[in-house]
Formats: sequence, C-alpha cells, structure tokens
Amino acid sequence: MNDHGTGAAFSDPSANRARERFATKPRALTDKLTTVADAVSRLVHDGDYLAIGGFGCDRLPVVVVHEILRQGKQNLRFAGHTATHDFQLLCAGNGMGRGKTLAAVDIAYVVGLEARGLSPHARRTMESGEVAFTEWSNYALAVRLKAAAMGLPFLPARSMLGTDTFKHSGAKVIECPFTGEKLVALPALYPDVSAIHVPEADRYGNCRIRGTSVADIDLARASHRLIITCERLIPHDEIRNDPTRTVIPFYCVDAVCEAPYGSYPGNMPYEYFSDEEHLSQWLEVEKDKTAFRDFLNKYIYDVKDFSEYLHLCGGLPRLQELRRQEFLLHRGR
Amino acid sequence: MIYNAMELMICCAARALENGKTVAVGTGVPCAAAMLAQRTCSPQLVIFFEAGGVAPQLPTMPISVGDSRTFYRGCMATSMADIMETCQRGMMDYTFLGGAQIDAYGNLNSTMVGTDYAKPKVRFPGSGGANDLASLCWRTLVVTNHDPRRFVPKLDFLTTPGYLAGAGAREAAGLPPGTGPYRVITDLAILGYHEQTRRMMVLSLHPGVELEQVQRATGFELEVQRPLEATSPPSPHELQVLREEVDPHRYIIGRC
Repeated sequence: MNDHGTGAAFSDPSANRARERFATKPRALTDKLTTVADAVSRLVHDGDYLAIGGFGCDRLPVVVVHEILRQGKQNLRFAGHTATHDFQLLCAGNGMGRGKTLAAVDIAYVVGLEARGLSPHARRTMESGEVAFTEWSNYALAVRLKAAAMGLPFLPARSMLGTDTFKHSGAKVIECPFTGEKLVALPALYPDVSAIHVPEADRYGNCRIRGTSVADIDLARASHRLIITCERLIPHDEIRNDPTRTVIPFYCVDAVCEAPYGSYPGNMPYEYFSDEEHLSQWLEVEKDKTAFRDFLNKYIYDVKDFSEYLHLCGGLPRLQELRRQEFLLHRGR
Repeated sequence: MIYNAMELMICCAARALENGKTVAVGTGVPCAAAMLAQRTCSPQLVIFFEAGGVAPQLPTMPISVGDSRTFYRGCMATSMADIMETCQRGMMDYTFLGGAQIDAYGNLNSTMVGTDYAKPKVRFPGSGGANDLASLCWRTLVVTNHDPRRFVPKLDFLTTPGYLAGAGAREAAGLPPGTGPYRVITDLAILGYHEQTRRMMVLSLHPGVELEQVQRATGFELEVQRPLEATSPPSPHELQVLREEVDPHRYIIGRC
C-alpha cells in the first residue's frame, strides 16, 4: 500500500503560519453584535475555506449559508463532515447561472440528507467535475479540526487505513515512534471562516450549546474567523454567573448575530424540530433545473433576509408547530 | 404469524447483539434492530450515535444521526470525536453499516460508481463515519438486500474496510487487531466470514430459501458452513414489539 494519499490539499496545515494569523486576531472583550448580512459581508471572502457547525440537518447556521448565496460569494473551499442541507445550499450556488460558489470540498459525507435521500442538484454538481474534491471520513475531519484547535500541524488516528478513502485523501501513513505501529497522520484543518449556530450567546460571543457538540468546540478554536448565530442573546451576567456552561469563549468569536429559527428547516435541539415537508420539497424541486431556479429565486435570492424566508415557509404558526414536534421541550431544563 | 423480509432482517440483527454490549448505530434498520434488541434479548445494550448521543431512551426512530432523539433522555450528549475515540479505545463492540456495494471480504462502497474518481458516474455521500466505525469497532454488521448488483466481485471504490484483501490484511494495514466484519444479514440468509480465508460464508438460510438461491444472488463464490443452520422466524413477541413499539409508523418495516 502507498504510504500517502493522492488527494489535493485545500488548506494549509502549518501551525506556524496559523500562529501568525491568530496573532492578529482580535481578542478583546468587545461587543460583536451585528446583523448576519454585515457579518457575512465582512468576514466571508471569495476563495475562503469555509466550515459549518452542527451535523446533518441539526443545529446548522442555515441563516448564514442563505446570506452567503445572496451575497454571491465565489470559489469557496468547504469542509463536508456530514454536510447535508448546508452542502445542498452551497451547491445551489453552482451551475445555476450565478457563477461558482463552491470550488473545492473535503468530503466525509456530502450530497445526501441521511435517511431523507440524496440531493439531485448536489449530485449533478459533484458529477459535473467542476468542483475539486478530496476524500476523508467524519472522524478524520474531526481530528483535523482538533489538531488545529491544539495549534498542531497534524494528529494521528487509526482509521482510513487500507482503503480507497485513504488513497484519495491527503493523509499519510506514519510509524509510531514509540510502538512502531502504523498510524494515519491527518493534517490540521484551519478554516479561514466558520459559522456555528448555538441556542444562547452573549454579545461578546460567549456561547452555550445544548445537546451534542459534534465538532464545534474544536471548530470554533480552529477557525481564523468565526460567525456565531444564536437563537437568543443572553445577558453577559448570566455567563459570568455560570461560566462552566460556556463552551465557546468570546476571543474565538468575530461576530454575534441573534437569529431565532436560524437553523430552520433543520432541527434545533430543545427548540424546534426539522421541517420534513419543506426538506422534501427541496429534494423534489431539485429534479428539474428550471423549477429549482424559480424555487431558489422565491426562497433565497428575491427575499430581503432570512425572516422573510421563514415567513414564506409558514411563519410563526409553522414554527410553533415545529416547536411542538420537538418533544424534548416537554422535559424540564 | 405472517411477517415480511424487513421484519425478519431486523429480528436477526437484533438477536446478534449481545446483552451488556455497546453498539454504534445509524438511522433506519440498524436503529430499529438496536431498539428491538433492547426490548427483547438485550435490555442492557448501550446505544451510541456518532454525532454524540450516548445511551438515549429512543422514543421513536431518529431521521438523522444527530437529531434530538439521538440523545433523548440519554446519559450524555457529547462530541463526535468522543464517540469515535470510545471506539478507538476498544470499547465499542458492534457497529452497523450499509453501502451500495459489498465484496467477498466485507469491504463496502458508499462513495461512487464509475471508473474516474474525479468525474464519477454516480456520486454517493462517501464514508461519513462508516470507515471510522468499521476500522475501530470490534464487530461490524451489515444489513442489506441480497442481489448481485450489490454483492459484487470488485468494488468501484473501497470506502470502508472489511477484511481488505483477506486474512491478515487489516492488521498489515495498521488497523486494530481483532476487529472486522462479523455478520451480513440479508433477506435470504445470515452470513459470516470464514475463519481462515476471511471470505463471506453462508451460516443460516431463512425459511423457504435454498442455498442455490443465495449463491445466484451473489456476484462472487460464497463459502458455506456445514451443517447449515435454519434461521428461526420472528417470534410473535418480537413482531409485536417491533410493530407496536419500535416502528409503529412502519417507516422501516413498511419498506418491504
């Protein structure tokens, strides 16, 4: 077996160069409250390496991805670790007459929406050859983010070995200096910009997460720039009174946006369940390109902001129904 | 009692999960099997979801490996790395996987169909967590329909490791010793792997199924255990629990 994968590298694993960039990152306890439109316009640049928090259709900052499309950001590179509706959205910026939102993707899981099926347009995009890609696994991407969060150039792990997934990855086989065992070396992944949706944050960017954290605690620390969207702003004093609950600290965060239902049509634990009817509509309408173009215009490009999209999707009555479906609400906090 | 092939597969999968062990599952059939096992043969089975859900009391079937139900009344909601590292430490007994293609050594393809990686004929999601789970859990189970387009002599892409090229290959590649494919449960039979060759082997035929039928539905030569066992049909109790508690809306068992 070859001892290194042949997949292209879409980001720089150098810990020293990352340090130079982190050296200039603002770290003061300052008010970062702004709008999603302003955050995306200032912090997401054409050609950036982008990562998105959450998992599947769960706790996704959908509100940020819509804004990225509306602002027509181009040639992004992307970390696809069980990327579902977020990837589907980014692909909507390709092959639809609006340039090329997505240029490259590190794949662990893309084009699918788990048990809901595969996205026809994401598949068209990936089968067109216009997006470059390299293969990984979910844990491999989590480890790559962990390495970056640790300020290292790589970390070892024990998966991917012996497979085509490894062969088409950017990983290498190394020998453990202590035991001689074979390990896979995974290059650190320092995203240029990331977006994470959380239930509660203060205006400085101190965040709480309820439910699974997936890879977000590392992702927040690994990212050069970070946009936080939250269901609710909470007072800074509440953070100070219970600092144990803070999982992302203010100095990792560059913008804080209050965006209630910002994960819609995804599931936000303890807040609202996913809108399965609307997600099915996406999968259905994507089959026909013209119908999909009209759909995108209606729901994303011709609306002023995300709240107008929520309104189009049924507004408060629909969102209240999704809150009822989120049975976790029925349990005490 | 009358039952369909999906119900039989879920019952077989549930019976394969020993009490007091740990299992990492995804959505769909694996989750149904683990839920059924907890309610029948293995009440102390601990369920994990790779997005971070630990020991949930699943009220209904999740639609995502990360949705709210995957940690509903769980013991912990943690990170993906924490779950995968529990596997890497050797504490995950079972995992359940699927794929578009499987070969004689239990290797799986969930990445692509075609010959040009950069321009696939059909692009599938990729590994997700499958490669990690099959690398790091002790025993990997696959539940799938049995047909020759799925059971192929050569995969278009080896996404997830089975026994790779055969006996000793996993260890030579650096994967943790003692791990690997354990069972394949199909609509025709229960299969395992030959101790020496590590090739897929028929262990048990489902009611009314002939060995010939299983071989015809497989694109490679199967090993056969002698004497062959006969799969017990689902018991009335298993069917009752499956239909009334595990999948009352027939999301999975209605697929047949």
